Amino acid sequence: MADHLFKVEGLRLSFPDLAAKPLFRPAPRIEVLKGLNFSITAGKVIGIVGESGSGKSTLGRALVRLLEPDSGTILFDGADISHASPSDLAGHRRHLQMIFQDPMSSLNPRQKVGTIISGPVRFHHLAGNPADAAAEALERVGLPADILNRYPHQISGGQRQRVGIARAIALSPRFILADEIVSGLDVSSQAQIITLLEKLVADLQLTLAFISHDLSVVRRLCDRIIVMHAGQIVEEADAADLFSNPQHDYTRNLLAAIPLPEIDDQWLSAS
Amino acid sequence: MTEAFLSIENLSARVAAIGTPILRSVSLKVIPGETHGLVGESGAGKSMIGKAIMGLLPRAIEITEGEIWLEGRNLLDMKRGERRRIIGAQTAIIPQDPLTALNPSRRIGPQMTDRLTHILGWAERKAQVRALGLLEEVHIRDPKRVMHSYPHELSGGMRQRVLIAAAFAAEPKLIVADEPTTALDVTVQKQILRLIAELKAHHETSLLFVTHDMGVVAKICQRVSVLFSGRIVEQNEAASIFSNPGHAYTKSLIQATPRYDRPDESLLPVDPAILEALDREIATHDRQQGTADG
Amino acid sequence: MVDRHKLPMRLWLSGTWITLFVAAALFAPFIAPHDPLAQDLLYTNLPPVWISGSEPGYYFGTDSLGRDVLSRLIYGARIALVVAVIAGGGACLIGSVLGLFAGFFRGWTDVLISRVVDIWMAFPPVLFAILLIAVLGTGLHSVIIAIIVIDWTRFCRVIRAEAMQQSRMEYVESALVVGRGRFGTMLVEVLPNIIPAIGVLLSLEMGIAVIVEAILSFVNLSLSSDDATWGGMIAEGRTVIYHAWWILVFPLVALFLTVLSFSQFGEGLKERFDPVLK
Repeated sequence: MADHLFKVEGLRLSFPDLAAKPLFRPAPRIEVLKGLNFSITAGKVIGIVGESGSGKSTLGRALVRLLEPDSGTILFDGADISHASPSDLAGHRRHLQMIFQDPMSSLNPRQKVGTIISGPVRFHHLAGNPADAAAEALERVGLPADILNRYPHQISGGQRQRVGIARAIALSPRFILADEIVSGLDVSSQAQIITLLEKLVADLQLTLAFISHDLSVVRRLCDRIIVMHAGQIVEEADAADLFSNPQHDYTRNLLAAIPLPEIDDQWLSAS
Repeated sequence: MTEAFLSIENLSARVAAIGTPILRSVSLKVIPGETHGLVGESGAGKSMIGKAIMGLLPRAIEITEGEIWLEGRNLLDMKRGERRRIIGAQTAIIPQDPLTALNPSRRIGPQMTDRLTHILGWAERKAQVRALGLLEEVHIRDPKRVMHSYPHELSGGMRQRVLIAAAFAAEPKLIVADEPTTALDVTVQKQILRLIAELKAHHETSLLFVTHDMGVVAKICQRVSVLFSGRIVEQNEAASIFSNPGHAYTKSLIQATPRYDRPDESLLPVDPAILEALDREIATHDRQQGTADG
Repeated sequence: MVDRHKLPMRLWLSGTWITLFVAAALFAPFIAPHDPLAQDLLYTNLPPVWISGSEPGYYFGTDSLGRDVLSRLIYGARIALVVAVIAGGGACLIGSVLGLFAGFFRGWTDVLISRVVDIWMAFPPVLFAILLIAVLGTGLHSVIIAIIVIDWTRFCRVIRAEAMQQSRMEYVESALVVGRGRFGTMLVEVLPNIIPAIGVLLSLEMGIAVIVEAILSFVNLSLSSDDATWGGMIAEGRTVIYHAWWILVFPLVALFLTVLSFSQFGEGLKERFDPVLK
């Protein structure tokens, strides 16, 4: 029990379908998460995989409470945060961090990298000098210190994503949500970010939820994997088991659809 | 040796205003029925080659030298109108983003038959029959309904199918596919790749396939050009590219791609030494071309 | 590449004119060669000095009451500047604040503000202004209030759209994840990103305010026709355009250059100093 950082039960979440809204009645709701149950063990990396529309990003945003679920409970460190108000959440905020998909749009273009990383540290009044914390986080993600004085558009895509990671780890949070953070990158920067994450997970004992559509990336990073489809969990297993012995047809299809970088004349025709 | 349908010789292009090279002496041949992969990371210039063939380069970019031969005629020597006619009749594009490639305020049908009626001068009726047949060929279940639909009424995969059908409509001899599956989910990607391969075989079309994904290259291309900074660093049969990459950069691109079947193999980011060597090579090339100071 | 450290030409030109304009307004009593209101019926409709028949000292000639055109132009700048700064600034402040709230908070705040804007914009602006001045009485303060009351919607609409677009950016989510409140996020993350837009709009609005004041002077709803305003001068010049064109042309040119300079200056500033565009 104690080692479950997150415990999620019966999680449901829906959005209003404004396109189908009748004139004088409330809009019908589209259910995006249809009753999810799972838990996240402290110090482990959990992969949340699925295709577009599977609800994986919505689930992530519910975990860090950017979205409020319709029903069900989210226990974070034993506390029910599923309907917590912003002031109730204040104490947890520092420990619920997020790394975003698009490093360009997740960094404020009018703030320098130093401000972007040290701002949250200053906001939470953490012990020590915020500038030092920023410098240390930057070093951890393998960026030179002179980047602190640059604007986001003055650095490369791979560097921006490292800044996003530095911003999250600077707060020493208990949980980090990484939403598709390597999908916009070139293979070479992608490989660097993955190796960096592997290292950070090992060094800092991060508890990480890694949302991705790419099973190959998930396989490298994650201990446990949740496969989502149409708002439901179709399969949940330890990473090794899921890949060696996928139980659900959907998982098998997903695996079969990944083009590996090797010549295979049968691949295209095999279903 | 079969005669190449498309042959690009020594093509160089640069940003006109500031002289930054975009393509550096690129040469490649595509023989009939072959799929030639252009692979590289962002900024490698892979899309620019396709755009140069189609005459769709942004205005800011000028071709400084080289030839583009299509069926024995140099496109770059032709007058604008003549070139456009040949390109319109012989080639087609499958674009990356199926949403912006279709006009949101027109029905699918007329968007598909436009080329046939305008460029090839077909009768409207004949063009419609052809479009319907093609939609069936790309496995769209209710082609009549789709012809009357607007783009937003179709899913991403369906839209991409429509665009593929439209590309094959005028029986082009060459299709440039510019990252056609990048925006799609893997399961849909596989269907689309299969579809492209099927149609290509059936219509005996040549395909220039632009992608950043070494996995996709391995599955669909017969020959591959690996690009870096607008220069082809390696060009070979796909089989040898993957079994025995000739250039260190090619090898590292393959090794940097994570594989779910080999979780314990260490993932090697591209060695900076390789990139430095490439940069030196390119600097030498630029000096020889005399474009470095231009 | 464009050298970003050099001031662009349009910033130079517009900046020079605005400096002249502001200096003329501030130091009018010291610069103006004559009293702008002093009539001299012996010297009516004198042409500018470079045309034969002129009198030395009356550089841009005189109007039909023998008042010095240059002095009236210089004093007219005073009124134009006051209107530009107070009316433009007031409309900007009210419109931007409401637009920012509507665009960032959405929901009922947005519904309320947007509906008011829609209704507001459905009034024909000129009639609205005349109506307002009829209620408030003619005079400069009425003109300023009328401009603010009518034109804040222009800011509100644009800033609302900008704020909406900004609040969809992931750095806004990121700030919420950090735990900043909604209001703090709006000030720290969203506001700095729409200040360039506000600046450009403000510069346009200052030009518009000057024009509106001129129009209202033209139809005699601003200051009394004795006062030196560009609009009033244009109105007078219109009646004698065939034999004394300068009375009309000089204030018209001043008005044109001022309005153009404001808009160019705003765009130029954004181009030169916005870190995102560098």
